[in-house]
Amino acid sequence: MSGFAPGTRVRVRDAWPELEGPAHVRTPHYVRGRTGTVLRRLGAFRNPEDLAFARPAATIPLYHVAFEQAEIWPENAPGDEFLIEIYEHWLEAA
Amino acid sequence: MNLAELDSDRLLAAFRGLLIGKGVLNEEELSRSGAAMDAASPARGGQVVARAWVDAAYRARLLDNATSAIEELGIYLTGSPPLGVLENTEAVHNIIVCTLCSCYPRMLLGYPPLWYKSAGYRSRAVRDPRGLVREEWGTVIPPEKKVRVLDSTADYRWMVLPQRPRGTEGWSEERLAGLVRETDLIGVTVLPEVL
Repeated sequence: MSGFAPGTRVRVRDAWPELEGPAHVRTPHYVRGRTGTVLRRLGAFRNPEDLAFARPAATIPLYHVAFEQAEIWPENAPGDEFLIEIYEHWLEAA
Repeated sequence: MNLAELDSDRLLAAFRGLLIGKGVLNEEELSRSGAAMDAASPARGGQVVARAWVDAAYRARLLDNATSAIEELGIYLTGSPPLGVLENTEAVHNIIVCTLCSCYPRMLLGYPPLWYKSAGYRSRAVRDPRGLVREEWGTVIPPEKKVRVLDSTADYRWMVLPQRPRGTEGWSEERLAGLVRETDLIGVTVLPEVL
């Protein structure tokens, strides 16, 4: 993973690890499979999905990603956005 | 044995005893952390906001790295996740939610209000943010202003820097700080104009 620069369009993986067994996932359901724009990198943190189970946890870059609200829920006002912290392993270039 | 049915004070005492007995924490660390939580309050958030309103260079440092800017005021957030501050402007209004649980800048503002943790707030803040703040708090965000809902999901904690209300020109920092409410720092209200 080479990292995403600010302004990069990214897609959140459409993955549902909680359906396969106990999981601690910090990626909200409503943005899975959705496309947004990287605002900035927030740093790098130990992967909470492993920390929650006391497993060895890799340090993973964390990004602030902006999403158009109306692309997810058309009733929401055009131009309004969501800003969400998402770990790099949940993102792919769109 | 059902842990949920045990007396909570006894359970806490047993848990503390185990943490100390096994060397995970010591008494001093526990009491330091307790004292920091007791000192945290929305008033501290107000103090930070007032400084940012009167000092543009401070405001820039706060938006760039809130943890270190807050430590300049002698408020130490040791052991807390990094804090980020989002600025409300004429163009953007920010609302903070944690849809997954109840992430909140506790080491600065103290415990979140009970409604912040409710399923109702957490779901409606993303599903209908403008309707939520209008109906629950009477906050009308003009249609030309962008609403940015910050879903606090991971290793940061977030606070809103509200807009300074009109009519407060020349006010002291202390007087300004007294205007700021917990709800302004979450973004469900805006400070009214002072007449």
